Amino acid sequence: MNWASWSDFFSMGGYATYVWGSYGVATGLIVVEIILLRSRRRTALDQLGRSGMGGRP
Amino acid sequence: MSQPTLVIGSVNWFKYASPQAFYPLAGAMIPWFAWVAAACAITGLYVGLFVAPTDHQQGESYRIIFIHVAAAWMSMFIYLVMAFWSGVGLVFHTRLSHMMASALAPTGALFTFIALWTGSLWGKPTWGTWWAWDARLTSELILLFLYFGFMALQAAIDEPRRADRAGAVLALVGVVNVPIIYFSVKWWNTLHQGASVSLTSAPTMAATMLTGMMLMALAAWMYSIAAALHRVRSIILERERGADWVAQIAGTGRP
Repeated sequence: MNWASWSDFFSMGGYATYVWGSYGVATGLIVVEIILLRSRRRTALDQLGRSGMGGRP
Repeated sequence: MSQPTLVIGSVNWFKYASPQAFYPLAGAMIPWFAWVAAACAITGLYVGLFVAPTDHQQGESYRIIFIHVAAAWMSMFIYLVMAFWSGVGLVFHTRLSHMMASALAPTGALFTFIALWTGSLWGKPTWGTWWAWDARLTSELILLFLYFGFMALQAAIDEPRRADRAGAVLALVGVVNVPIIYFSVKWWNTLHQGASVSLTSAPTMAATMLTGMMLMALAAWMYSIAAALHRVRSIILERERGADWVAQIAGTGRP
């Protein structure tokens, strides 16, 4: 293990901004993509539902 | 139009070129890829942040590598796959191939942006600059614009078949940029370092660093497959809404 404590871990040897800026933005964007993927599917299903049960648009 | 056939091991693989056959197959595969992606990401982050040693030159800043390299590899690879499906779509006129290419583009753009962003945050402490117009960085930026161009072009054309073809041509023309990105560090004097991992020589890094990097790369692969399959299902629903089987999905909820 490389870290003496959690604060040692979070400070990343003085590079916290760069390291956590990378991990944070990457994670955030992936979460955004997952939300967009789900909302696109919901919209697609909703539009099918609105066009009538078994009916053609 | 008669359907082409490709029979390998008594399975006609072209069967899955039909959106109707592919839709449930993709739906069944998504959870598997998603769970493997999550497992690889958790182990990879653990190895990368807790097990891998401090770099003797770069200190802790090198830990950006676990995101950066995985994202950069993925950004190039997704483009190749997107161009491949575009080519297949142009040759065989398979609608699903074009849908697959469209489904890959946003995820490719995402990883390209992450590669550029993390590269910038890594460049500042190691090179002293956020950005340089160096061959590797510039060609990766062009990759981002190619993804955006592909998506914008497809969105701008109303008729789906024409949008598919125009996008496919752009994707195929742009594929020349991928080897330029990959070999840029060899062909030109760049600020960016050479490859740390290659097929022809031993990696120039500690074993645990390499393990963490490979796990993160695998996680990015699995995530990309899951995301692209999820998106292609939405695209199928959007584009095939006139088909009876799609109308049935609307009637029965979510199969």
